[in-house]
Amino acid sequence: MESLLQSFLGDNLLTLVLYCALPLVFIILYELLAILGEVKISAFMQDRLGPMRTGPYGIIQPIADVLKLIQKEDITPKNADKFLFNLAPYLSFMAAYAAFAVVPFSSQYVGANLNLGAFYLLAIGSLNVAAIMMAGWASNNKYSLYGAMRGVAQIVSYEVPAAMMLVIVVIFVGSLNLQDIIVAQSGPIWNWIVFGGPKADVMLPSGQLFEASWINLVYLPFFLAAAVMYYITALAETNRTPFDIPEAESELVSGYHTEYSGMKFAMFFMSEYANMFLVSAVTAILFFGGWNSPFGTYVGELVNVQWLVPVEQFLWFAFKGLFFVFVIIWLRWTLPRLRVDQLMYMCWKVLIPFSFAIALIVGFLVVVL
Amino acid sequence: MEQTILFYVFAALTVCSAAVVVFSRSVIYAAFSLLFTFLGVAGLYVLLSADFIAVAQIMVYIGGILILLVFGVMLTRNATDVEIRAGTLNTLPALAVATAIAAILIVVFTQARDDWMQVRNIPSIEGTSLELGELLLTTYILPFEVAGILLLVAVMGAALIARR
Repeated sequence: MESLLQSFLGDNLLTLVLYCALPLVFIILYELLAILGEVKISAFMQDRLGPMRTGPYGIIQPIADVLKLIQKEDITPKNADKFLFNLAPYLSFMAAYAAFAVVPFSSQYVGANLNLGAFYLLAIGSLNVAAIMMAGWASNNKYSLYGAMRGVAQIVSYEVPAAMMLVIVVIFVGSLNLQDIIVAQSGPIWNWIVFGGPKADVMLPSGQLFEASWINLVYLPFFLAAAVMYYITALAETNRTPFDIPEAESELVSGYHTEYSGMKFAMFFMSEYANMFLVSAVTAILFFGGWNSPFGTYVGELVNVQWLVPVEQFLWFAFKGLFFVFVIIWLRWTLPRLRVDQLMYMCWKVLIPFSFAIALIVGFLVVVL
Repeated sequence: MEQTILFYVFAALTVCSAAVVVFSRSVIYAAFSLLFTFLGVAGLYVLLSADFIAVAQIMVYIGGILILLVFGVMLTRNATDVEIRAGTLNTLPALAVATAIAAILIVVFTQARDDWMQVRNIPSIEGTSLELGELLLTTYILPFEVAGILLLVAVMGAALIARR
């Protein structure tokens, strides 16, 4: 992909910047779709029609929403800390976007093919915490401050089980590189890590041979549990229902972004939705094969058109990511909100012990088998 | 070329935000600009091919220490009426200590290697995590485990104090 861009534009800084900006195009298109998905899915779940006036079936509603946000007055509260107040939304989106640097969209496109991809994902998530705290503090509003504190406490707690789930997959594959983790799951659907990982030897892109056989089926229950638990922690890290305590409308107006309007609110909104896709994509990468086709082969390979293969891989990746985003939205309109003590009980007394137990068992099995 | 530009971007980010940390009167400003200092230093580590250290820097300093720092400042400011002072105090002793540390650092840097001024070619960026992991679990297993136990004891102590 990079060489393709270079052949058009030459090897210069512009090429690099364009290469880095490709996920942004994807995020913006995805967000338009997600806005529509959120209103339409919630409407169908509540036996309503949702927006119907803008375009056929209301499909241009997201564009109308964006236009409305752009036109809104940009308000900064009088007693807010102006500099930090204005910085926070952009820092928040920057944090969400920085994580996309290591997300492999296909075998040919990944912003930075880091050997430390999984570790980087964990680390960069903490930037978002700083942005939330900055917004909550700078707004000079008690709802914002409480929302920010709840959000930070929640995200910091749930980072522990999320990290353990990543560690489980990393122990199994033996690589922190996300492309390695995905290639290890190549082949038909039963090679996905959620179904116990590959059943035959795989050559990883980093050059090492990943030895596997049908005995890997013993991992199935542990990885299945790990996948479900990772998804739960992912929900908590994106502040989505049933873990939307930081933005609880009935208690805190709307949490740390209560005072924001117009485009600054839109930046928080974009970063929340980008994070939703990110955790969905990571779920897909770690447990559901990433950009691998579930059939083990691609149409491009069957009809012998080579450029079609990466396109198909991207479509599979986008499909899996969007499916998990759909599940997040589905859960939002199904489940009630947890209390703070239930949230902490869930994290520290359920998820963390079980994740450590699974990590120990998987580590033991990797050594023994 | 790109690396040189990036180096100056990260260097400027580190130095400017570090200056804000030192000169700012507001504790919260100092804490938040520390965020950008840590980010800049992480970028410099990447340019020095120390990718694992760079990510660990973000993980530990931004994800852990900085968050704790800001949390502490925010909570103490609003819950108790303790005024956190950020002013210039004890100018003379501070100046003496700072000069001494700077002198030691300069002497060490200039005397330990005489080629410190030359720009050296560093090998292109490759993963360091594999070698680091192997060394930590073979040659340096004892210091690694001792550090782990020390941290465990510290966590238990913190939990004990917090429950009182």
